[in-house]
Amino acid sequence: MDILQVDQISFSYNGLTVLSDVRFGVEKGDFLGLIGPNGSGKTTLLKLIDGLLQPDRGSIRLNGTPIRKMKRNDLAKIIAVVPQAAPSIFPFTVREVVLMGRTPHLGRWRFEGAADLAAMEGAMKKTDILDLADRRMNRLSGGEFHRVLIARALAQEPHILLLDEPTAYLDIRHQADFFNLLQSLNGEQGLTVIAVTHDINLASLYCNRIALLKEGQIEAIGHPGLVVTEEIIQAVYGTPVMIDCHPETGRPRVTPKRKEPSDNGNR
Amino acid sequence: MSISSRRPLLRLPSVPVQVNPHNSRPLATAGRIILVCACLAAVFALLCLVSISAGAGEIRFMNLLAHLFSMSLGTETTLDPAEETILFSIRLPRILLAASVGASLSLSGVVFQAILRNPLADPYILGISGGAALGAVIGILIGAGFVPLGIPGLAFLGALVAILLIFGVSESKSGHSGNTLLLTGVIINAFFSALIMFAVSLSSSDRLHSVLFWLMGDLSMAEGNEATLVGMAMLLGFLILFSLARPLNLLILGEETAMQLGVDAKRAKKILLATASLITAAAVSVSGTIGFIGLVIPHLLRLLLGADHRLLLPASALFGASFLVLADTIARTLMAPVELPVGVVTALCGAPYFLYLLHRRAF
Repeated sequence: MDILQVDQISFSYNGLTVLSDVRFGVEKGDFLGLIGPNGSGKTTLLKLIDGLLQPDRGSIRLNGTPIRKMKRNDLAKIIAVVPQAAPSIFPFTVREVVLMGRTPHLGRWRFEGAADLAAMEGAMKKTDILDLADRRMNRLSGGEFHRVLIARALAQEPHILLLDEPTAYLDIRHQADFFNLLQSLNGEQGLTVIAVTHDINLASLYCNRIALLKEGQIEAIGHPGLVVTEEIIQAVYGTPVMIDCHPETGRPRVTPKRKEPSDNGNR
Repeated sequence: MSISSRRPLLRLPSVPVQVNPHNSRPLATAGRIILVCACLAAVFALLCLVSISAGAGEIRFMNLLAHLFSMSLGTETTLDPAEETILFSIRLPRILLAASVGASLSLSGVVFQAILRNPLADPYILGISGGAALGAVIGILIGAGFVPLGIPGLAFLGALVAILLIFGVSESKSGHSGNTLLLTGVIINAFFSALIMFAVSLSSSDRLHSVLFWLMGDLSMAEGNEATLVGMAMLLGFLILFSLARPLNLLILGEETAMQLGVDAKRAKKILLATASLITAAAVSVSGTIGFIGLVIPHLLRLLLGADHRLLLPASALFGASFLVLADTIARTLMAPVELPVGVVTALCGAPYFLYLLHRRAF
């Protein structure tokens, strides 16, 4: 059975339809990329899946239970979110922030125990931030900051990891590191990953499946080879593109088509 | 589509506090909290003893110690009757008041800064004090016989009106945005100031001294039962805030993040804001507008102890209480027999310190 079912959901905001009749299922261990043009509803869909927003129609189920019937605390034991890096104003240390991931597993008055510290350390090991443990959040580079947020999400010990534009501010090395980490979490530990991204090529390279959103509807969903085609991408993004194959994996690779330079001399 | 904006408008990152970024800071465990608070409580107790023995109508420090010692043994007192009267009907109520007000203002400063995610927020800037001041000034100028508790009662009402205005105006569909709330507070504060100036300009000169002292913050006006009321409000408020210390940690990371980590963020935020506002109102209604405590003390302690509210809240309460007891002792004794308004002392200490913090931040 699917771990996550998105069942005919519609959502509008201030009278504007953002999503309409979106449906798909995600199996345990899936690695799904959500792509689509700006304003196509990707981030809204992510917020609906996480229960931050409620759909106008339809329902979202986790292991068969509608999430609107779940307590926030129980939801946070199943779904963890890696947000876009938000500015950090107060000087929490890296260790404190990662430990906050244990919140759903703790009562109001309980202090973190040995199991929580172990989960924290495991998460920090996986994201390779152990040597940052005592650094303050406002003293980290973009890449480091991001890894801390992933570690926090991992410390939550979720079944599903949601990511919102995870590589938006990262350079190519950190992008690769990041997706390699996701791949190993997905492959070795069966963590279900759903990532919203603008980067079609990264999605195509790493995801098992890609869902392409256009104007609040799913235009195509399936293996990258089936979704990332010249025809579909051009139709959805409204710009001419060229597609070839990744030299190693054979996955499709997108490049925008350059407009022919006009021949009045300045290239 | 971005549905909520979460960029702070006044983006003032916290002070870069560490010289050595690898300097380790222990996590806030129950043991560490108890240890830090025990130390702060000891400092507080010592300051209380100093404050009792200082000032006109002297109680000699050694006599006081001897008295405490003999009381604990259950034997005869060593204080003479005059000293005993000063101790129980003048000094102790005053210390209780200073401690409660100091703790309340620090606690609400911590909470406002965390929830508004802005290190500049404090009850003073938010306009709660301004509302109370307007109430009190009206009370001083035209009499306050028509409300229970007189001038403090009116001040409390004024603070409540300010709170309702601030939260009412800044509330939108998507909840309270920190910056809207802060700006609303600043504007409402300015408006109240204008009303206060208007009232003052119409008043006779014999009342101006009281008004001025109230606006500068002064602990000499309160009576014993008021100190007890404010103390009880502070204790109750502290318990509520402390029970929400962990959600408060998460709220610093943003409301959405807090929800994603399993916290019912909207509910927690409402309770925290309401509690912080009410203890502020109670404190300000008897003390006048004492500035800088709610701003500086949370800063200082965050710098020393880190941002974990399970430690920060009790530490701020104790430190704020100690600080105001000390400031009030200075205010009483520095120019004796003239008493300075304590707000002058806190501002004289607080403003340079805050400038120093701002200067250090310029990296």
